[in-house]
Amino acid sequence: MLSKRIIACLDVRDGNLAKSVKFVDTKDIGDPVSKAKEYYDDGLDELVFYDITASSDKRNIMLDVVEDVARQVYIPLSVGGGIRTVEDANKLLWSGAEKINVNSAAVQRPELVAECAHAIGNQNTVLSMDILKVETNSDFPSGYEIVINGGRTRTGLDALKWALRGEELGAGELVVNSIDADGTRDGYEITLTRMIAESVSIPVIASGGAGKPEHLYEVLTEGQADAALVASMVHYNEYKVSELKQYLNDRGVKVRLRY
Amino acid sequence: MLAIVDYDAGNLRSVQRACLRVGLESQITADPDVVVKADKVIFPGVGSAESAVSTLQTRGLDQAIVEFFNSGRPMLGICLGLQIALEFTEEGNKKCLGIVPGACERFSFAEKSLKVPHIGWNELEIVGKHPMLASINDGDEFYFVHSYFAHPTTNDHVLGRTTYGDKTFASVIGKDNFFATQFHLEKSGEIGLRLLSAFSDWQGD
Repeated sequence: MLSKRIIACLDVRDGNLAKSVKFVDTKDIGDPVSKAKEYYDDGLDELVFYDITASSDKRNIMLDVVEDVARQVYIPLSVGGGIRTVEDANKLLWSGAEKINVNSAAVQRPELVAECAHAIGNQNTVLSMDILKVETNSDFPSGYEIVINGGRTRTGLDALKWALRGEELGAGELVVNSIDADGTRDGYEITLTRMIAESVSIPVIASGGAGKPEHLYEVLTEGQADAALVASMVHYNEYKVSELKQYLNDRGVKVRLRY
Repeated sequence: MLAIVDYDAGNLRSVQRACLRVGLESQITADPDVVVKADKVIFPGVGSAESAVSTLQTRGLDQAIVEFFNSGRPMLGICLGLQIALEFTEEGNKKCLGIVPGACERFSFAEKSLKVPHIGWNELEIVGKHPMLASINDGDEFYFVHSYFAHPTTNDHVLGRTTYGDKTFASVIGKDNFFATQFHLEKSGEIGLRLLSAFSDWQGD
């Protein structure tokens, strides 16, 4: 039986691990390579690195981080942030990433999803979506809107429509990131996650809002997510990956316990 | 020398990096002569079988792989490398290498909650004895990413099975000096590295 995955998300700025609350107020909190190794040793299933470096001249620092991590960590490694072309994707794959997360650039130019899927495979192309709760109306039948540029720009795109379009364009997985829940530690956006997970036939990774083990349980059962993304709750050493897995296992959620 | 076959299918450097970790020096190569003369071969791969088979043929690597297999030296297939070793795949209706009798089929589920591709960690049920599996325990989990699965003609070639939804498929197959896994052992943590380490010791018998 397939296990539910616990994925740790590390936001990396100029080579340092950073963490934001509701996409602002970003702080540096350590070295991403040693954190990645620590989580790997503790049974993490997958890693996501998000490059939030602002200046383009510092972008190549990320390639070194990925390379360093890939030499020590033998689980799937996904990288996102600033990927605009297949060439950007290929550079990251060459450094050691397995999967590429596209986000804002895909909204601006949807063909990017198809181009990546064709060049590096559907299974390695992840569409990451930042989503804001809005009033339900004819423009936003799902009641959720896609936002880009780290949550600063509204797009007018309905979140569910974009998720379905992403699948059609060839994305192999979807990250559903709730802007409202990001960094709050009040729990994932269950309604949103479930709505998308029920509508697509590719795996859905829930993101934003994890603060307690119960939140992971909720999103992996009621929310129907295939994987749960965690950040703050493990970065600040409040919980260990192995504790989260033990908790889920004790409540009947199938997770990988031997590693 | 260990040769890793390069046919533009996936991140070969991940495989090479994992090999290095267990002390195996390797060379990534697209040259059929290098493949034929290697001491050991890894035939990895992710992506589409359709374009992979075409690339193998264009580079003359299809014949080189079969010739290497016939030499009796150890060969390891990973993911697409397992699938292409069979006779046929439904993916683009392609004729494959025919090292192992059987074909590949696509996952198809009536129930929508079962996603395709099958992505994530799943258990291995060991059903055959093999020196490569000596350090692996029944129920150990490995990382899978695939939409097609192998269906060998005879169970004699099935060494391990995995269940996804209502489908139980061959996740480890073996025939003579060829051993192959549907999962990515290079991305399956320390347990996956143990398998790779076993390959460095295995002489193909």
